[in-house]
Amino acid sequence: MTAVQGGCEKPLCANREDEWMNDNVLLMNQMTKVYPNGFVANKDVTLSVNRGEIHALLGENGAGKTTLMKMLFGFEKPEAGQIFIEGKEVKIKNALEAIHLGIGMVHQHFMLVPSMTVTENLILGDIPKGPLFTIDSRKAVETCMELGQKYNMVLEPEKRVMDLSVGGKQKLEILKALLHGARILILDEPTAVLTPQETGELFETLKMLARDGHTIIFISHKLDEVIQICDRYTILRRGRVTGTGSIESETPSSLSAMMVGREIDLDMHKKPITFREKILEVKDLVYVNDFNKKAVNGISFSIRGGQIMGIAAVEGNGQNEVAEIITGLKKATAGHVLLVGEDITDRTIRERRDSGVAYIPEDRMVDGCSASASIIDNLVADRFFKPEFCKSLFVNRKAAEEEAVRLIEEYSVACMDKSSPVGSLSGGNIQKVIVAREFTSGAKLVVANQPTRGIDVGAAEYIRRRLVDISRKDGVGVLLVSADLVELLSVSDSVLVMVDGKISAYFPDASQVDEYRIGEYMLGVKRQSEEEIGGAAS
Amino acid sequence: MFTMRFLASLLFSTVRLSTPLIFSSMGGLITRKSGSNNIALEGTMLISAMSGAVCSAYSQSLVVGLLGAVLSGLLISVFMGFMSLKMQADMTLTGISVNRLSDGLTIFIIFLLVGDKGTTIKLPSLTFPTVSIPVIREIPFVGDVLSGHNLLTYFAFAVVLGVWFLIYKTPLGLKIRAVGESEKAAESVGINVIGIKILAFALTGAICSLGGAYMSMGYLSWFSASMIAGRGFIGMSAMNLSNARPFRTMFVAIMFAGVDALSMTLQTLNLPPEPLQMLPYLVTIIALVVVARHDMKQEELKKKELAMAKKEPA
Repeated sequence: MTAVQGGCEKPLCANREDEWMNDNVLLMNQMTKVYPNGFVANKDVTLSVNRGEIHALLGENGAGKTTLMKMLFGFEKPEAGQIFIEGKEVKIKNALEAIHLGIGMVHQHFMLVPSMTVTENLILGDIPKGPLFTIDSRKAVETCMELGQKYNMVLEPEKRVMDLSVGGKQKLEILKALLHGARILILDEPTAVLTPQETGELFETLKMLARDGHTIIFISHKLDEVIQICDRYTILRRGRVTGTGSIESETPSSLSAMMVGREIDLDMHKKPITFREKILEVKDLVYVNDFNKKAVNGISFSIRGGQIMGIAAVEGNGQNEVAEIITGLKKATAGHVLLVGEDITDRTIRERRDSGVAYIPEDRMVDGCSASASIIDNLVADRFFKPEFCKSLFVNRKAAEEEAVRLIEEYSVACMDKSSPVGSLSGGNIQKVIVAREFTSGAKLVVANQPTRGIDVGAAEYIRRRLVDISRKDGVGVLLVSADLVELLSVSDSVLVMVDGKISAYFPDASQVDEYRIGEYMLGVKRQSEEEIGGAAS
Repeated sequence: MFTMRFLASLLFSTVRLSTPLIFSSMGGLITRKSGSNNIALEGTMLISAMSGAVCSAYSQSLVVGLLGAVLSGLLISVFMGFMSLKMQADMTLTGISVNRLSDGLTIFIIFLLVGDKGTTIKLPSLTFPTVSIPVIREIPFVGDVLSGHNLLTYFAFAVVLGVWFLIYKTPLGLKIRAVGESEKAAESVGINVIGIKILAFALTGAICSLGGAYMSMGYLSWFSASMIAGRGFIGMSAMNLSNARPFRTMFVAIMFAGVDALSMTLQTLNLPPEPLQMLPYLVTIIALVVVARHDMKQEELKKKELAMAKKEPA
């Protein structure tokens, strides 16, 4: 392993002694991207890829992989850095230019038209014309067959895309990219949606394409697969390269260590937990999403008063759905949610709130607050209708203001004027407003979804402490969903790990695990036995 | 009373009344396929009805009248597409304003030209000829229903075929469908999404304007204010009910025309006219609700089935 610290120490031009394998086709040199809100998504990131190799791009969510690829496709403009394709510096302004330069992307969410046939999807970019303004469908089918045979990915030309298996759709996406002359193929988590058999087939195809002189960039979380198929790797963490080199000398654990890594040590000084009665019970919960996929697939767990249960999962493995079903934003397809023994599965959001559910949503600007409404109005949004805030038909402004002043003080929200819109505050203070409202609503259960994402260190620290406080002092049950594993482990008492809508591991005592072990379960390297997982529901 | 002659005349008016509905629904079908929700079919038809009557009166030429109608409908439709797609104005609001604008604009123009805010009855407008089909007109009953319609009525059925061909058989149709169903897929292969969508608005405008022209140069021989009377909206419902499939849309449009014809005939029987005039709109609303509920139930059933199927251990 060659650990690269803080950027690139690789020479600008790859050595050309080994003409074929070491022939550099793509070099992204010292790329830096800073978003308008000051978030540094990529800092001096260098990605160097050789012809005919399968190169793994690894990293957690938010590590900067997507940003790097967006810069390659011209969707984002880098602040610094150059892109070289086959040694020539290029400036890529949009996706079409990237396609013309021979870069093809197979997105995680397929860019296909579901009701059209395989052939129609394939020829869409360049439609062969027949007589009388018609489509030359014979030539179209021929193109489709020829291409399929050439790359050993034969698909039925007349089959509708919606009737294809996921593997079939992916083949079609790859063929589409190849038809447009792609020599560098980027696959964004290609195996996330495939069955093991399909994955095997895909790997054969990729190996063949690599032998053929195509270059493949393989973005993935699944380390065993990366080791199985990739030649070299580049790992990103928090926008920086933390390692690059040849896969041969690595193990899943050594790669995982580079991906997660410990940055800061958070000590919450938690008092020992005193378990109380069961606050939340989730039984065999199933949620089928709009794409007819089981986003949540039969999970059961329970939370007791005073307990903080954390859910660790890679983005999109069902954790958001669980939070939204418990709080009533989504409707469970099957299964039950019980609050202190009472079935609340079919209750409305208001009824849930009245019986003691509070929610800190993932997207604070959309679900958490009304950005254009005042701080006062946001603070009393969940209680203005209660008798103490009403004067006959009207809201008692004086009572509302007093409540707001009290909460602003108690939760140290930094604001000039309590009547100014919430949107004018900083992210950390907006989150404090939401936390102040939710923590004082008399809740028995608080669902906190990414409560500290994207806010300053001080506010994040404050919110974590408050979270621990309400569970310890007030005996509130807390469900914490967080992508920040260090936070998750230091705040939570127990941890659930979710993969593909199912629980893959349950750790009753969060202090007994570290993020490396959690990472192995999150990335699907390991899976606990049914008995161990079943412990979550007891 | 309910003789064969009565039935034949009822069916004859059904065909006659289906003409504007077929044009408006076929027009709306194209924008819908391209993924836009064009609610300005009504206004487009009204403007072209007015310009058709006016242009034919002043030029004394059917061709100029038709061109005037088609051109004005096409322009107002492209204007709406441009405003909502390129300038990012809300499409529903743009549609409402085009409908309101056409109401006022047509009255304003005919008042300038003939000094009457109601109709252009004073203008010597031309109408499209009726066609008596040689062999068919001899067949009893069938001849009474199918022969002797306006030229544009026959053309409406040709347009159904044309729209089907355009959408399913031509490269442009393939692009329109791709853009409408998955913008990202279309964009990923370099299709100019906004361009195709505005082109769809142009085609919609041209086809709807034929329906407008029929109203003032066939159904009647003059323009009168608000003469489209919801036919654009009913056409839009017919298209949405049949999920934008050309031939199904045509049948639903004929069905609506049938209800319209029935309400008109029943009015001659000394029944109170107001509830009868409601009939076509009432049937539209009921049909929309029934179809939507059916679709919703199917969706829910499918999800439940999926959740129940394969209950693997968690």
